[in-house]
Amino acid sequence: MAATVRLQREPFDAASEAEKLRRGRSDVGAVVTFTGICRGDEAGAPLLAMTLEHYPDMAEAEIARHVAAAERRWPLLGIAVIHRYGRLQPGEDIVLVVTAAAHRQDAFAAAEFLMDYLKTRAPFWKQIEVAGDGRTDKIWVKAKRSDDALADRWTPSSRRPAAE
Amino acid sequence: MKLRYFAWVRERIGKPEEEVDPPAGVATIADLVTWLSQRGEEYARAFENPRVIRAAIDRAHVRSDAAISGAREIAFFPPMTGG
Repeated sequence: MAATVRLQREPFDAASEAEKLRRGRSDVGAVVTFTGICRGDEAGAPLLAMTLEHYPDMAEAEIARHVAAAERRWPLLGIAVIHRYGRLQPGEDIVLVVTAAAHRQDAFAAAEFLMDYLKTRAPFWKQIEVAGDGRTDKIWVKAKRSDDALADRWTPSSRRPAAE
Repeated sequence: MKLRYFAWVRERIGKPEEEVDPPAGVATIADLVTWLSQRGEEYARAFENPRVIRAAIDRAHVRSDAAISGAREIAFFPPMTGG
């Protein structure tokens, strides 16, 4: 099964990546394309820019592990995950997840699964720039408990590691 | 072994990576955090709340009780905010 995992600074073309997963195939009945976007505000304050730091060697391996997990769990016909890093402006794309399957339930579920894990286990860290008093403040975005809860949905509670 | 630091852990310690040679008694990630905290103010500050620190050994997530023997690269970082 075709699986693309890429980390890059440059913008990606979501439509083009989705098209690659269905091109020339008659078995793909569903393609789900999710794009995560840099918003222009964080907790009510205008955001000037967002910088994504990452652990390069681990990020690709970790995303690939989750792609493999998605393949084992759902009958997918194609997956693409592209995650950008570096300094981004509001309105720019951050992450792309595309899943292709015969039927929509599998494509939707796998895309959501991958996003929930990207939010909690992919080694990226966001730092945002917001306007302070006559200066720019750089703030590390805090991980959300709600993201951990979303990721936990995919693991039965009996198999979840004990909280630290 | 090589240690790598990311995000505000890196900022507080003041460097992105270093080579260390911990003594034999330092067996787990938790032990390593304790040992590092004693190396200086900047380390103590970075690890002041160990429960918030995440670790990876050879590019895979591990828990704080993971054994460090044989590790080539250990990374410390805050909870992730990718995606």
